[in-house]
Amino acid sequence: MLMLMLWGSAVAQTPPQDKRSGFEFMSPQTQAMQTDASSNPGMLWMIDGERLWQQPQGSADKSCASCHGTAAKSMRGVATRYPRFDERSRKPIDLAGQINLCRQHRQSAPPLAHESDELLALSTYVAHQSHGMPITPAVDSRLRPFRENGRRWFERRLGQLQLSCASCHDDRAGARLGGSVIPQAHPTGYPLYRLEWQTIGSLQRRLRGCLVGVRAEPFEFGAPEYVDIELFLMSRAAGLKIETPAVRP
Amino acid sequence: MSPSHDARADQRTKTAARGEIIEIRALVAHPMETGYREGPNGAVIPRNIIKRFVCKYAGEEVFAAELFPAIAANPYIAFTTVATTTGTLTFEWIDDQGEVQAASAEITVT
Amino acid sequence: MSKYFDDSASSAEIFLRHTLNRRELLLRGTAGIIAFAIPLGAHARPTLDEAIRSFTGGAEVRTGRVKFEISPLVENGNAVPVSVDVESPMTAVDHVRRIALFNEKNPQADVAIFHLSARAGRARIATRIRLATSQVVVAAAEMSDGSFWMSKASVIVTLAACIEDVSKS
Repeated sequence: MLMLMLWGSAVAQTPPQDKRSGFEFMSPQTQAMQTDASSNPGMLWMIDGERLWQQPQGSADKSCASCHGTAAKSMRGVATRYPRFDERSRKPIDLAGQINLCRQHRQSAPPLAHESDELLALSTYVAHQSHGMPITPAVDSRLRPFRENGRRWFERRLGQLQLSCASCHDDRAGARLGGSVIPQAHPTGYPLYRLEWQTIGSLQRRLRGCLVGVRAEPFEFGAPEYVDIELFLMSRAAGLKIETPAVRP
Repeated sequence: MSPSHDARADQRTKTAARGEIIEIRALVAHPMETGYREGPNGAVIPRNIIKRFVCKYAGEEVFAAELFPAIAANPYIAFTTVATTTGTLTFEWIDDQGEVQAASAEITVT
Repeated sequence: MSKYFDDSASSAEIFLRHTLNRRELLLRGTAGIIAFAIPLGAHARPTLDEAIRSFTGGAEVRTGRVKFEISPLVENGNAVPVSVDVESPMTAVDHVRRIALFNEKNPQADVAIFHLSARAGRARIATRIRLATSQVVVAAAEMSDGSFWMSKASVIVTLAACIEDVSKS
């Protein structure tokens, strides 16, 4: 117990007043790409999500709108509180997971594939309804062990390079890795358009990129580890505003 | 990952004064596959780009662009045109296979 | 506020910019997805000068009149915002016919050729281009009187750090 505490405290945590979104680490040109809705490529998926929201799905022939009405009202603030505790599975669930749960149980429709355009479009559309709102993690004691698991993954040295998330994103945020500035790793804008991907992608995809980057075997899409890590990251990012769809290099 | 084949114009406003210069920003989803990348099995992914973009105003071409693989994915093109008459602005993106995606917007000129 | 356009504008332009958000047209087309870094192909390609000469037919190219905006340091070569603004009254007798973009070190020299007329009102375009590596980029303009003008820019392209290697997944 003592060892764990020492280990935890050895990791430099970003003090709340120094918490900065990855947006602030970008060049003005890339920032402009994000803030200008008419040139933000992520908006293409936002528009598609808007269309899918209205489209009846599955054998129940219901659209998201059938239950949730106008997304701007019903989905406002939702993304600020995810991942949340799912009663059925007794585990935290992320927004994309919840969308698929709705499809399964309310629309009698098959789940959308990970990183599919449709799932990304709906996730983007729903998360965008919280644009500008501060991340406000759900207060639910049932989430604690999962959040702690996420924290342990964040602090664990991984891969051939034996780097933890904290090695770069706590200890060296603001420094350079190759030609890029290391951000603090706050998931404020997911799904986001990553210039490197030339398309929109989820937080899980980005985490896989990090794992491959340290030469570790990445978890499969949908792995509970990703949800736990997201739960921790969102709590670490509390107070920062949702930017979905963000643009990042 | 199934692509959507809709080309939609999201119109926000449609009025301008005669002689006013309108800025148009067109953004379309397309991978603009260069033909220089290798896929997971080592084979080259074939080129697939939008090679021509045309804007017509009341049937007359007012702007066109020839695009090459060096245009970024999900091409963004911003250009201007003078508001002359009430009518339809049409937009076409033509790819390597000759397939056309089209959208249009109505403009009222006062 | 648009980054690409001069802030010292007439009231008509300011009106235009304020209504910009309501006048933009977002269009959705097919979505395709594959993702990893662009490799540098070792293909023979025209030099930058040869590419410009193809565009001008050998005519003299003067520097000036072309305002070419591109960041000297680019975070990611996959999507580099550029804008070109050519001085011209854009009348029927005096206007820009074409604006072209060329690069020095991509597998191909051509980037885009934009066709304009007096109908444009202004010789301004903006787009996003791909740059495979640090290099020189050129914006050239052909006028209705047959003259050619150009502007050159040197760009440093940094590469992303943690990227996926999808070929292994």
